[in-house]
Amino acid sequence: MPLQRSVAPILCVQPSRALVDEKFTVLVKNLPPGGPFTVRSLHLSEDNDYWEAYGHYVSNHQGELSVWDDLSFGGTYTGREPMGLLSSMRPIPGSRPGLRLRKKDVTTPMLVTISVYCGHEDYRDQTPLASVLTERWHMAPGVQRFPLQENTVRGTLFIPPGPGPFPGILDMWGGGGGLLEYRAALLASHGYVCLALEYFKPGEMTSANQEFSYFETAFNVIKDHPQVKTDRVGILGLSLGSAVTLNLATESKRYACIPPPLSAFGSTPIGCYWFLLVVFDPRFPVKHDENNCEIWREMILPLLKDSSRKVKVEKLRCPMLCISGCDDQNWPAVESVDDVMETLRAVGKDHLLTRADYPDAGHLIEPPFTPHFRATNFIRGSTMEKVVMLWGGQTKPHSEAQEDSWRKILSFLQHNLYGNDHARSRL
Amino acid sequence: MDRTQCCVQLSVQPSRALVDERFVILVEKAPPGFQLSVRALHQCEDGHSWEAFGHYISDATGTVNVSQDLSLGGTYSGVEAMGLLCSLRPVPGSKPGLRMRKKDVQAPMMVTISVYQGHQVEGFVDQVPLASVVVERWYVAPGVRRIPITDHGLTGTLFLPPGPGPFPAVLDLWGGGGQLVEYRAALLASHGFAALALDYLTAKVIRETGKMVEDQYFETAYKELQKHPQIVSSRIAMIGLSFGTTMTLKMAIYSKVVKLRCAVCISGSHVQPIEKSVEEILSSFNDRADKTRINEENQVIWRDLLLPIPTDPSLKADVGSLQCPLLLVVGEDDQNWPTKESAEDIQEMMERAGNSHLLTVLSYPDTGHLIEPPYSSHTRTSNFKPVGTNQKVTVLWGGQMAAHARAQEDAWKKMLAFLRENLYGGRKASAATQSNL
Repeated sequence: MPLQRSVAPILCVQPSRALVDEKFTVLVKNLPPGGPFTVRSLHLSEDNDYWEAYGHYVSNHQGELSVWDDLSFGGTYTGREPMGLLSSMRPIPGSRPGLRLRKKDVTTPMLVTISVYCGHEDYRDQTPLASVLTERWHMAPGVQRFPLQENTVRGTLFIPPGPGPFPGILDMWGGGGGLLEYRAALLASHGYVCLALEYFKPGEMTSANQEFSYFETAFNVIKDHPQVKTDRVGILGLSLGSAVTLNLATESKRYACIPPPLSAFGSTPIGCYWFLLVVFDPRFPVKHDENNCEIWREMILPLLKDSSRKVKVEKLRCPMLCISGCDDQNWPAVESVDDVMETLRAVGKDHLLTRADYPDAGHLIEPPFTPHFRATNFIRGSTMEKVVMLWGGQTKPHSEAQEDSWRKILSFLQHNLYGNDHARSRL
Repeated sequence: MDRTQCCVQLSVQPSRALVDERFVILVEKAPPGFQLSVRALHQCEDGHSWEAFGHYISDATGTVNVSQDLSLGGTYSGVEAMGLLCSLRPVPGSKPGLRMRKKDVQAPMMVTISVYQGHQVEGFVDQVPLASVVVERWYVAPGVRRIPITDHGLTGTLFLPPGPGPFPAVLDLWGGGGQLVEYRAALLASHGFAALALDYLTAKVIRETGKMVEDQYFETAYKELQKHPQIVSSRIAMIGLSFGTTMTLKMAIYSKVVKLRCAVCISGSHVQPIEKSVEEILSSFNDRADKTRINEENQVIWRDLLLPIPTDPSLKADVGSLQCPLLLVVGEDDQNWPTKESAEDIQEMMERAGNSHLLTVLSYPDTGHLIEPPYSSHTRTSNFKPVGTNQKVTVLWGGQMAAHARAQEDAWKKMLAFLRENLYGGRKASAATQSNL
């Protein structure tokens, strides 16, 4: 039944401008009491795809509804989900398949329209009752972005505002390749000089012949930066980036001979985000699921038994945090961490490892309040072959994993990179 | 303290906000019991630098929370969460008589907040802070649309909230300095009101014809709002400051066209010759210029021009015949207009007429004339050139910084509540709509 109204209801999203890892409240007032309403988010990506999420609500006796407090009775999320309008986003019906939402230009915000509609039926033909715009930023004000000019290392450096010096982080993504800046920008917004590193272009993974020294050079770009505290640099890696991270943390000869009390690495590197034992070899046959999505985890699992393929984690000298999704269909993350734990325990170094395993979370554990991708398009091989990769995970537990793990990561970085020596030496 | 060892962390939350939103400034990981200065620096659009600072001592955990801790000195003292913005003043060596007013409302005001070692009073620019962050203060919420209005001889800017609407609207008038001042209208739109900032003293049509506008100018602006497809024609209010109050009362009481849902009058008076043109009203004020006072600092005090409040009814707007709610905002230390005396007389007139139930008076001690949206620098005196003259004088507006800042915060909150209540309808509207279901 159409609503006759003289003024629009009042829709308020607070804060209207926020970092992507901050929560918001969505409040609607001046509605008829006890009525059915749909709250919906809509975003047009840089690739020109529409993404949306929505929840079905009932206004209270005062004609108000609050996404923070109230239950959603249906939609792309149910139950009490304060950030459901972002974390359950998916492409609108009719979109191209296998899409993934990733911000390329981090100097501009992600714009999301939040609207409220009458009823719980399909809203697509309706004009919303009210609509506001909210900005989600990867860069805090004052964070500076510097694409690296040096030819040897490809990447982008983000520097927090202020004189510094700051702790530093080397940030590496995985097998998809390319240069992704958004996590580094976000880390700089939390007070770290962060280098987002490109170490091969999309599709180049198998042919890339990146020398270990490339990563050491990248690490030094941060370590030697005038605004970075030399002894407070860490590394963050996801997926293949974890392999690199672990290599750097254990194998780097350059840092093997720094005497105490500076501790290992000439720095106190921290951070390992997800973790891979083996340098990937895609010539192994790949499994497929019923939708023809590629599943890589089974092919990597046997390699855990081959010690010649594994990084020598017993040489680890710094604290490490490993985040894993139990439903990771791309890498056997949990089994890998089990193996690392065993190896470390054998040499009395298990106190260096902190692990968090998330049930029903997949491979792509990203900063919070971003959509979950169970399977997306992926370019692999030098033939630039496009496949659909199964990453795994169920939306709700995966979103919870993203939120919880990000908090743990920030806390781990804060403790190890910003903490005083006394606190850190107790590790 | 060795800087390489220092890990002082500074955070301001939120880092991006509307100008009327509070923030929390936290300094952490300083040594306990440490002397610190927290400073704000802002470079405004005309290139002048403004600063404010407070002196703090960290607690046993090495923390300073500006919202909770005492500032022991600086440009503000006591517990002042927003002191770093309210007490902004031009840096030493600046030109005298400056006033901070945002012209481009679509770009944020950028403020650098820094923390320094020790209790500094000067020379910040030569020192390296321990930490520093940048905050953005916005006059527009995301999605607010800015539309220049030039039809029908009007000079104004319409700000529309995001969304389909329809919205209630506010006609926004500033005072005797003229110009097209957009920032309050932009903020109102960020709170859900379509708002038209109107230049009525230096508008294009005035510059071209050499003549002041008539009542019709305001009525045209009102009709433009009424006929806008995203505005509810029966829910329009006016808000006026200073001479804008004079115009607001004139329209609210005497116009056959303008039917206001409510009116807000800030720092103004009802004293005006009735049934006269805008030009004649201005003249009548100028005729009393001999009552201007100049104090020892050579600052101009104009509050006496309209005193004493006349008893002759033809010399003041007939507030007894007002039919809509009226909110008066009064600074008791207003040195520019006799706002307090006028408010008292308005109250008396409305009580005699039996419509005082429409009146709400907000009266603030030690508060001056320029009652603006909150968390902006307090201007006690500034350079001013009244419209129609060529003389630039230094005007005394009045007010003490801390009290004035508190008044701005309280008045703005109450103004928004008043507008919401009258324009969005409150409970009555909900009940009425329920009966439509």
